[in-house]
Amino acid sequence: MIYAILRRFGQMLFVMFGISVIVFLIFFATPGADPAARIAGRNATAEVLEAVRHNFGFDRPLYVQYVKMMEKIFVTGDLTSFVNRGWKVVPAVMDSIPVTLSLVFGAAILWVVVSIIIGIVAAATRDSWLDKLLMALGLLGISMPVYWLGEVMNLITQSRYHDSWAFSWVPPLGYKNFSDDPKGWFLTLVIPWITLAILYIGIYGRVLRAAIIESLQEDFIRTARAKGLSETRILLRHALRTSLIAFVTLFGLDFGALVGGSALLTEVVFGLHGIGKLTYDALQNLDLPMIMATVMYASVFVVIANAVVDFVYILLDPRLRTS
Amino acid sequence: MSNQAVAMPRKTRGPWAVAFAKLARDRAAMASLAVFLLIVLACLSAPLYAKWAGVDPFASTLDAVIQIDGADVPVMEQSTEGLGLGYTPLGPTWRLGNYFLGADSQGRDVMARMLYGGLSSLLISGAATIFTLIIGTAAGLIAGYFGGITDTVLSRLLDVLWAFPIYLLAISLSIVTIAQGIRIGPIDIESGSLWLPVIIIGIVYVPYVARPIRGQVLSLRHSEFVLAAINLGVPGWRILWRDILPNITTTLIVFVPLMMALNMLTESALSFLSIGVQPPAASWGTIIQDGQALLYTRPLVALVPGLAIAVSVMALNVFGDGLRDALDPRSKVRLGRD
Repeated sequence: MIYAILRRFGQMLFVMFGISVIVFLIFFATPGADPAARIAGRNATAEVLEAVRHNFGFDRPLYVQYVKMMEKIFVTGDLTSFVNRGWKVVPAVMDSIPVTLSLVFGAAILWVVVSIIIGIVAAATRDSWLDKLLMALGLLGISMPVYWLGEVMNLITQSRYHDSWAFSWVPPLGYKNFSDDPKGWFLTLVIPWITLAILYIGIYGRVLRAAIIESLQEDFIRTARAKGLSETRILLRHALRTSLIAFVTLFGLDFGALVGGSALLTEVVFGLHGIGKLTYDALQNLDLPMIMATVMYASVFVVIANAVVDFVYILLDPRLRTS
Repeated sequence: MSNQAVAMPRKTRGPWAVAFAKLARDRAAMASLAVFLLIVLACLSAPLYAKWAGVDPFASTLDAVIQIDGADVPVMEQSTEGLGLGYTPLGPTWRLGNYFLGADSQGRDVMARMLYGGLSSLLISGAATIFTLIIGTAAGLIAGYFGGITDTVLSRLLDVLWAFPIYLLAISLSIVTIAQGIRIGPIDIESGSLWLPVIIIGIVYVPYVARPIRGQVLSLRHSEFVLAAINLGVPGWRILWRDILPNITTTLIVFVPLMMALNMLTESALSFLSIGVQPPAASWGTIIQDGQALLYTRPLVALVPGLAIAVSVMALNVFGDGLRDALDPRSKVRLGRD
């Protein structure tokens, strides 16, 4: 088992290294234009360009530039923005992490609970009108662009029906710190949580339904039936349990991806200053050092989340320990 | 007599005909296909619509005046609130060919822009699908068939791309190419070209296709008919082309609608983030972005393109599910993630 874990750990380091090289090459070696000009931003003066060249070591070979870059992001943390003169990038990223985590955690709780209920109900009543309705709604959730859904939510809760009893509690867009104002924190996040969760409820509900129906064909379910267990017990204690494996894998991947930037669109629409919004703002004024930093940190999150899922697997499933 | 009946060759249908018949019986899938084709047709008629309506959907026409029921109506209405300095674009007239959905903040006909925008959304996601399938299939075939060091290098590269968050990879690629375009040898793509989002979206999803294809090729590689071909001295490329590729065709076909649905969502998100289709060109994503500022006054500008995306993507997903059930029922191809 130790060997399997070490192997996975090595793999994780390799993927992280690979991603960092790809990010580096995209930003520093894409043919087309001078990377210094890209980093310096629009209408940069000759002095700024010179400073960028010196700062990032553009007069040195590529591998030196790579090492310098990684050092700036992960070791010394003194990467500065040239578009917003002198703004330290790494602390800005660190400050925005709690916002993204708040958004993703809340949405995750919501989507896990709701999609498990939907998956069970749909599997239990399969091929009925209820099952078909739930699956159609799930598909609709998958098919809507999340940022557009966010705008629809804003239109309803901030403008059109804001004065009705249903949505008068919705505070204006923005984020409130949990430590300053727990109630405000909760209220501002409710609508973003629901918006983000809808997409994943669609995916997870459908995946769980399919997994439960598949596991109902297994031999151990027949054994359970032969023992005379009730259908409810078979569904909840036997079929659901094995079906959750697929669910857990997906969850690890999606959670990592969301913390690592897939929540970007939701953050932008609701004005939450998380990592995604930071990336978005940097995009708007072509602030490349900021984008490099957010992309690097985000990838680290994703890779770690994927590895954690695999570690949990190794702990749960004895077959994986030896292979 | 009975002998004669036995000797009569029974008419059997090929696997394609069986699959097609199965698909044709799937009412949800056929209805979705019809909806999607209608959307495609409508978007293809964009130039005709603009000509008929007499509008230029790419030029700002702030001082245009149109006629509704014989009365002159300016496209930009002067605001009656506050100091009366602001302008609000015309709301929907519900008259086809005459600012049906109203105007946007530049005074442009939203309906005409919707059709043109749909055209670029469909073209980009379609072209990106083809790009991904070609590159992904090639990578999967080569890695799975030749194995060894080739497989190791390609697979590790795909692993890294797979672990990369989709939107971040797309953002990184867009931000460095958006201002100057790409110039690699003879390939010269200008910034603002529709090829940029095609290539970026195409690259991002390559592992989604290449990894399952590699798995299939790997198992085909050890099947008896391939071993027989190898031992007969058939060259590798011929085996790939004649023996292996036909066996993965169904998987590839199943990928098309699902991939296209995913690409439409990605394209619209990138355009919404202003790193996809560049103004003055339109796509459904850019129109939603334009409509964001008008959300509370003229919500239709943002609502209609989002609805169009949702309907198209849903139609593609339903059709894709039907296609999978008909062609390749055991496959686990699922692209719902992200």
